[in-house]
Amino acid sequence: MAQIFHRSTNFISRFSLFSAVFVAGLALTAILGLARSPYSTNQNISRAQPVQFSHKHHVGDDGIDCRYCHTGVETSAVAGIPPTKTCMNCHSVLYADAPYLEPIRDSYRTDKSIEWVKVHRLPDFVYFNHSIHVNKGVGCSTCHGSINQMPLVFQASPLLMEWCLDCHRNPEKALRPLEPVNEVFNMDWKAPDNQAEIGKQFAAERHIRSTAELTSCSTCHR
Amino acid sequence: MDDMSENEFMHGRKHDHEEHEDSSRVEDHSEECAPDPTVHEHKLDLAAVRAKLRNHGGKQYWRTLEELSDNPHFEELLHREFPRQASEWDESVDRRDFLKLAAASLAFAGIAGCGNKPEQLIVPYVKQPDGLVLGKPRFYATAMPFGADAIGVLVESHEGRPTHVAGNPDHPSSLGSTDAITQASVLNLYDPDRAQTVTNAGEIRTWQQFLDAAAAAVSRSKTVAGASLRILTGTITSPTLAAQIQSVLKLVPGSKWHQWEPAGSDGPREGARLAFGRYVDTVYRPEKADVILSLDSDFLASGPGHIRYMKEYYRRRKLTSPSDTMNRLYVVEPTPSVTGATADHRLPLRASEVEQFARALAAKLGLGGSGTLEGAAQKWLDAAAADLQKHRGASLVVAGEFQPAEVHAIAHAINASLGNVGTTLNYIDPVEANPVNQLDSFSELCADMDAGKVDTLLIFGSNPVYDAPHNFDFVSKLTALKKSADPNKQERKVGTTIYLSTHFDETAEYCDWHIPESHFLETWGDARAFDGTVSVIQPLIAPLYRTHSAFEVLAAFTDKPGVTAYDAVRDRLKAAGTGDQEKFWRKTLNDGIVANSAYPPISAALKFNPASLPPAKTPSAGQIEFIFRPDSNVYDGRYANNGWLQELARPVTKLVWDNAALVSPKTAENLQLAQRAAARGGEHGQIITNVIDISLSNSQVTAASWIVPGQADGVVVLPLGYGRKNAGFTGSNKGFNAYMVRTSGALWMASAGSDIIKKTGEDYPLACTQYHFQMESRRKILSAGTLEEYRKNPSFAHEGDEQPSKDISLYKEFAYPGYAWGMAIDLNSCNGCNACVIACQSENNIPVVGKDQVMRGREMHWIRIDRYYKVETETGDPGGPDYDALANPETFFQPVPCQQCENAPCEQVCPVGATAHSAEGLNDMVYNRCIGTRYCSNNCPYKVRRFNFLRFQDWETPSLKLIRNPEVTVRSRGVMEKCTYCVQRINNVRIEAEKQNRPIADGEIVTACESACPSEAIVFGNANDKTSRVSKLKAQTRNYAILGELNTRPRTTYQAAVRNPNPELEKA
Repeated sequence: MAQIFHRSTNFISRFSLFSAVFVAGLALTAILGLARSPYSTNQNISRAQPVQFSHKHHVGDDGIDCRYCHTGVETSAVAGIPPTKTCMNCHSVLYADAPYLEPIRDSYRTDKSIEWVKVHRLPDFVYFNHSIHVNKGVGCSTCHGSINQMPLVFQASPLLMEWCLDCHRNPEKALRPLEPVNEVFNMDWKAPDNQAEIGKQFAAERHIRSTAELTSCSTCHR
Repeated sequence: MDDMSENEFMHGRKHDHEEHEDSSRVEDHSEECAPDPTVHEHKLDLAAVRAKLRNHGGKQYWRTLEELSDNPHFEELLHREFPRQASEWDESVDRRDFLKLAAASLAFAGIAGCGNKPEQLIVPYVKQPDGLVLGKPRFYATAMPFGADAIGVLVESHEGRPTHVAGNPDHPSSLGSTDAITQASVLNLYDPDRAQTVTNAGEIRTWQQFLDAAAAAVSRSKTVAGASLRILTGTITSPTLAAQIQSVLKLVPGSKWHQWEPAGSDGPREGARLAFGRYVDTVYRPEKADVILSLDSDFLASGPGHIRYMKEYYRRRKLTSPSDTMNRLYVVEPTPSVTGATADHRLPLRASEVEQFARALAAKLGLGGSGTLEGAAQKWLDAAAADLQKHRGASLVVAGEFQPAEVHAIAHAINASLGNVGTTLNYIDPVEANPVNQLDSFSELCADMDAGKVDTLLIFGSNPVYDAPHNFDFVSKLTALKKSADPNKQERKVGTTIYLSTHFDETAEYCDWHIPESHFLETWGDARAFDGTVSVIQPLIAPLYRTHSAFEVLAAFTDKPGVTAYDAVRDRLKAAGTGDQEKFWRKTLNDGIVANSAYPPISAALKFNPASLPPAKTPSAGQIEFIFRPDSNVYDGRYANNGWLQELARPVTKLVWDNAALVSPKTAENLQLAQRAAARGGEHGQIITNVIDISLSNSQVTAASWIVPGQADGVVVLPLGYGRKNAGFTGSNKGFNAYMVRTSGALWMASAGSDIIKKTGEDYPLACTQYHFQMESRRKILSAGTLEEYRKNPSFAHEGDEQPSKDISLYKEFAYPGYAWGMAIDLNSCNGCNACVIACQSENNIPVVGKDQVMRGREMHWIRIDRYYKVETETGDPGGPDYDALANPETFFQPVPCQQCENAPCEQVCPVGATAHSAEGLNDMVYNRCIGTRYCSNNCPYKVRRFNFLRFQDWETPSLKLIRNPEVTVRSRGVMEKCTYCVQRINNVRIEAEKQNRPIADGEIVTACESACPSEAIVFGNANDKTSRVSKLKAQTRNYAILGELNTRPRTTYQAAVRNPNPELEKA
């Protein structure tokens, strides 16, 4: 009886078996890569806002401190988006007639809030607290990037859980000096060469909790 | 793909499948009760239960009657709590369709997951309020007016949304704690069924149109002779509101103020008048009393001051060592109440016999009069009387709200003769603004309406069409027509009717004007607490709808309709203050009370001698006594539309979503009433009971029956507050309306022959949560003893304990170098009042699931309170052949939240790591990881995990979104959840402490249940700190772990209950 399959089918079957593993691996890599890519994390994507507010101008050029507007950052879980009143503190005098500030004046006149588009979005089951990070010496730019160079704010970090955990496992690399100068709000702060060393020292001084505590689920999820 | 049954759960409430036609009748459920092969039923055999109890040696605790009947069938049901398939597939969708749907869901979910998330907006303030820090809750002191009391509360507000109510430590009626109703009051604010706009005859009207109508009524009363304005209200303690009513009465000639509160009783008022010749209020000091006797009074759980009384009472029951002393409570009552169930001695007597008891006690104490009781009851009385006499000046007799004036007068006389006045109780001027005999006041109104003397009727704080005595036939009073010569001209006897209420309810249907009422969290006002303290009611939020307060409506009838409640309250209080008025006002607002405004004690001269009472009517022995009681949850019906309260298991009966005619086991046998537990798959909690017709006082009501061990024989309890027709979506057509058979002549008690009860032959399914989450008959669950036992053997709680050694676990040992959170629950202080359950529900965004789901054992409460009956017999038959173990069993309550095991069975079986151990010993639950295998719940010996079988949360109704606590994730379908020890509170306190580089102090973290508990039974803290309160409790010999032999090492441990019985009675 003649063979049903030609000899060459042996090769085809072997090739498909091996390549299946390869293809599956490739697909997995692609999916994981996609999940970490800006396509899915929204990293580095600027968003149009109702007012052309430039952090580059206000922070970088004018040198206004973060806390002038984000008042809750040292005391509360959320840094807070400032009320229209905060804008009007200056802009009732400065550029009082500028047409691109009309939405601000309109909001103040009509008592209707400005609707900003959220840039940094965490899932609803994540409870991030700004105040504890700031008080323990984690700088703004560690997560938010160089805000002072962003005309329109974009999300500088991926905000993935592994990114959070990276720091919660090794907090010393993000701790900045609080004394004599508080470097937390310094947008241009660069880690010195001996950061690993001084970071450890800061962690001990500031009673930073152990890795086991910082990586317990309920630290961030509740 | 959303679940098919989702529509059922819109608004977090349950649609009934059945059509309800007549609320007074329980519907025909014969269809549901038709034989269904998947439903397993177990019929309760009371004789078998008794036999088993009698023959059992030693202590035994049991939760349900069926547990004891030793029927293999029921045990089979029990073992199926979480059987091989936790719940069988019994929906109408067949397997094929299910697979199709599952595949489609997967595909759609996959596609949906690929898209970009929609943009979210941030909407900041235009002008941020002073002092507000975004993301930080603020707390405001206010007060909830409730009958002749105001409960002081601190309300948590998140950016202007009130979300959670807690007690105000500075307020005398709260001292920092609350009760279930107060806790649930915030849900009433967001009730989507609230009336939202002014209407006249069903048509929307403006407020101005109402003001014009009110002005017209006033001018009519001035010009037309005999056309008067009548105001019908509930009980009012607000000085400002009362002053407003008085000014209306002064301005409008011939006007009158009537009061009617269906669950407020004239007994205490008239009792005081009988004893002292005038109305006085009694303020108790349970803390100072060594011996307390309650004559059918549930003073720990209802009535003015009950939260305070509970706190004081349990301060005298805290044990740190065997040498400590305790107070002793005797209770005489017809049906087990929260107070009576956990008393040291409880004597079940029919309500009418309580008066005989009181007379006999007065006689025994030498106050004159005569009277004896029969047999065991007299022995009980003698022992109680001797005990009271032994503690002269440190004893207390409390008469029940629903007992007649005579009982109250006798209690006053006894307290006076025992020298208790001034020590364990004080008399003060009445807290009510205008104390009157409300039944007389209401009858007068009805008579005047009949006589055509009422031109304008304004009603608020009362719902008379629903809750008036049925012989008054209030509807006909509202609608009766004038006799007129001209047959074409039809005119009503009552000209204009104006009704102010939160909902468009039963009374609103029959009134011309309906004004939607503002919630107490939306209005300014004031109210006196039970001791006279003036409490300020300040709004937490502007009215959600176009609602108005009673003050504003009354202002429409004055010459100053523009005066706001804020101005009135402020001016009134400022005038009362001394020194800097603005400062005084600020301080008052901050504290929630006007400092030192409690009424001073007055000396009331007793003008009463029990001997002078006319002989009491002897209740005929063969008759059945029907007693009416406000429901522990929905009260007189006003909270019927509150889903939290509807789904809250009643303290003693553990029934939800319904009321039932309660009978004792013996009476049930006499009336041949039966109930049977039905279960389908692993779904428990449906108890099918017989339906009875009760023809009483020329009226009839149809009710489901329910057997309550410990109830007096021959008594049928008819709980008020159910069977409402127009309560709203949640509250309408639930249970039966006991007001249908309540008459003015028998407001609290009616008796009739047993032939007026007829079985209809129908059955009705009731939902009872005590059949859920059985921990089976494993060994150490509840531990209790007497003070004597405790002194003899301080470690009585550990008798027969198995203590597994720590190293037998296969899993690695956790080290807890930092904090180790733990909880201690003192069973000696728990009386099952339920405050913790609702506090937890409010704090943790726990959904309501509806009766149908409760009958499947799917309620979501993170803390449940198990009720246990105890029977202790020597082997043989000590009580003689007549001994009935069901007649008066000792009762215990045990709150069971997640035990947070150090060696947790749940953590070891989760395939996806959704429940994990935290470094501080919490069993963390990570919702976003959970895929709903329910292995953890299967493996949990305490049965404290709750699964979202459906999407129980309402994500659509806008008003309900406002009530959520933003600190806690809102869970969706398919996710397991459980008690977290309020991890959000732990984290927030820890963050604050860490910012200041200091350790967390003991007592700084307060869980929601702990905060609500009036008896301070729940204590939370760091078990690693040996000086913390929780460590000290855990170090006591009374401390034990539930099912400790399983080596789960729970962080929640219990302190055994200790009762303090009178040795005299024990010997008997």
